[in-house]
Amino acid sequence: METHSKATVAYAMVIDLDKCVGCGTCNVACAIENNVSVPPSEALENRGLTWMRTQRVDNGKAWPDHRTVTVPIPCQHCEHAPCIHVCPVTAVQLDESTGIIGQIPTRCMGCRYCMAACPYHARYFNWFDPTWPEGLQDTLNPDVAPRMRGVAEKCNFCHGRLDRARELAAAEGRPADEPVHYTPACAEACPHGAITFGNRLEEGGPIAALEKKPEAFLLLEALGTAPKVTYLSREPWIRRIGLSRLDRVRGHGDGPEGA
Amino acid sequence: MNDNDRDPKPRIEIIPTTNPEQERSARRNTVWGRVWLALGISAGLFIGWVALPFFLYERQEQPLAFNHSVHTKDAGMACADCHGFKADGSFAGIPPTSSCVDCHSEAQGTSKAERRLVDEFVTPGVEIPWLVYARQPDNVYFSHAPHVRRAGIECRRCHGDQGLATATPVYQVNRISTYSRNIWGPRISGGGPNPWDSMKMSDCTDCHRERGVRDHCLMCHK
Repeated sequence: METHSKATVAYAMVIDLDKCVGCGTCNVACAIENNVSVPPSEALENRGLTWMRTQRVDNGKAWPDHRTVTVPIPCQHCEHAPCIHVCPVTAVQLDESTGIIGQIPTRCMGCRYCMAACPYHARYFNWFDPTWPEGLQDTLNPDVAPRMRGVAEKCNFCHGRLDRARELAAAEGRPADEPVHYTPACAEACPHGAITFGNRLEEGGPIAALEKKPEAFLLLEALGTAPKVTYLSREPWIRRIGLSRLDRVRGHGDGPEGA
Repeated sequence: MNDNDRDPKPRIEIIPTTNPEQERSARRNTVWGRVWLALGISAGLFIGWVALPFFLYERQEQPLAFNHSVHTKDAGMACADCHGFKADGSFAGIPPTSSCVDCHSEAQGTSKAERRLVDEFVTPGVEIPWLVYARQPDNVYFSHAPHVRRAGIECRRCHGDQGLATATPVYQVNRISTYSRNIWGPRISGGGPNPWDSMKMSDCTDCHRERGVRDHCLMCHK
């Protein structure tokens, strides 16, 4: 655990669900940034690809008490990620210098154990050869390699942008151990500023302050995965969507509505 | 060659026979068997070590016979004069035709290649379709900035004495992977005698290990 104590960077994300209107801009910006292919139209819904799922949750009550919230769910970049330990070919790796969980498509053999292990359903499988509608392939991002059929993929906190930020830091002569700042596509595109991204280990940084707020909660915290994506909401029923059946068993609340 | 001299117990002796014609025939078969075995092994090695590697790579000529030596030695230019960094910190790589214009708006010498440069590329303003020896696969992320600016590694460490070459080497492209042979190296087993002979992942990680750089997959893969 020596490397953990030495690390000065752990990128983390905070998503304010009270600001999110569920427009899906983060979803689209992510797909464009990361060359997420467009599956053929005959693909079933569960064979599609997205690195940023926007999931709608309601409070299970009838009108006029009916409420819904849209929860953007990227990879949670868990400190104790279940996907790492199940991968038989070490295609998933925790970068201890950034806290980012990396997925290496060329090493992946497509067994999909990681998808079964991920409690957030943040991983997707390439069921088809990557294709883009006519003309859209001209917009592919050269900083991100497209994935091939038969491998799993997921959010990597826009590692291509991190690479660019690091390149600029090196060109400007900044030292290698100095943390670099960058913004992933989803945080940049969100029209309501619901997504904040940064280094949670930065003293006095925005992430550390937001994570300490009383309205902050994690998804399925009881599983002990220690996600690096934190959600905010002032609504108690929204905060309960982060609970799992485990919480109910242990008596830490009512569990999610209807669970 | 007399087999009896070399082999104290020739196989033909344990075959009970009294027919001298059969004895001679068996001895002939032993000799020919060894000859065929040697031929077979040689043919196999020739195919595996020479023929297949030869056909695996397609040889392509560069669009223009470029002479680095004339520029670096005779004109005294440095690598960075043409292969420089852009403002955003990324490496410019192969220089555009516009960087040739300063000196070659008109032919300076009498060489055929320079005449072609002026007529076919500089005057119409067309980019030269160079074949890039060091081009990496799509899933490789590499930036010159941390290596050249931060670590101060000289060009020669990875690119060899390219800057002193009088002619462009033949570009060999792997017909299966479509990558340049400079990635794998001249040896069939990969690499070569010099550190710049190959640009495989092991070459990156070896150097990183020597310099104590902490590696992570996404550091070099995208």
